Amino acid sequence: MLHIVNKSPAERNALESCLRVAQDGGAILLIEDAVYAATRGNAAENHLRDAMSRFKVYALAPDLEARGMHERVMEGVTTVDYGGFVDLVAQHKNCQSWL
Amino acid sequence: MASIEVNGKSYETDEEGYLINLADWTEEVGNYLAQTESVVMTEAHWEVINFLRDYYNEFQIAPAVRVLTKAIGKKLGPDKGTSQYLYELFPYGPAKQACKIAGLAKPTGCV
Amino acid sequence: MSEGTVKKFMFVNRKAPYGTVYALESLEVVLITAAFDQDVSLVFMDDGVFQLKQGQQTKGIENKNFSPTYRALDGYDIEKLYVEEESLAARGLTEDDLLVDVTVMSRAELGNLMEEQDVVLSF
Repeated sequence: MLHIVNKSPAERNALESCLRVAQDGGAILLIEDAVYAATRGNAAENHLRDAMSRFKVYALAPDLEARGMHERVMEGVTTVDYGGFVDLVAQHKNCQSWL
Repeated sequence: MASIEVNGKSYETDEEGYLINLADWTEEVGNYLAQTESVVMTEAHWEVINFLRDYYNEFQIAPAVRVLTKAIGKKLGPDKGTSQYLYELFPYGPAKQACKIAGLAKPTGCV
Repeated sequence: MSEGTVKKFMFVNRKAPYGTVYALESLEVVLITAAFDQDVSLVFMDDGVFQLKQGQQTKGIENKNFSPTYRALDGYDIEKLYVEEESLAARGLTEDDLLVDVTVMSRAELGNLMEEQDVVLSF
């Protein structure tokens, strides 16, 4: 299952709830303000690093670039463009958007 | 805002003639609304109208036709719990027409 | 939808009832979905569990109290209501505080159930 998160971890609990409920082996795609969670030095960094042993974590490059954060992506996070976003949706049986 | 007048009193409605304020409803208003729908009210009609009002008071929604049919069958007997019976009473649709006469808003999902 | 293809639809409710319109919108979509005879389940987690809190009285805020409508779901053949255990506990609530019968489940059970769905809709 693909989990899509679009809210900053500092503002909303969407990522936290996603990590709490999501089953091992799934994928997490961070888009819009959620890309801040995938950057070095953010308060949710360790949380996300722990999650990487259970999930594959992706972040949307255009959203990172727009926010000037593309140089600060944590190691282990795979960045994808819009085409990659579509591929991820197509590769998974179902997906859940954590609003 | 549109309105209707019953016994010298004015009541707000939407453009389709549904009452805006549920609390405005009286039996006279119900009768007036039935006339606008060309429905001649009988005891059988009132049974459904009263059922709808009770349902609304309990659940705060007007039921979908399928739900109404099933619930009527349970409460008033299986011979009345058919869409045929309800359409005979309210030819333009039990949910739509009966809800209007009962002073309820148009049911969710009802076009 | 074509006949015979029943899909699993899960509605995930994560917002408190009156601060935003999500809860009401979700409920309306659920009621409409009921007409299509699909396998529908509702999940309440995070602040979404507040939607089911007993004793809501909205007169003072001049909002419609739509909480009684959750009790109508049974009549719409929507019987799968799931509440996440941790979300309840984190808000000082228990099953007895809720206005409908629900199945309380752990985050792992909920996660498994989510995996099984054909469509997951978030509110």
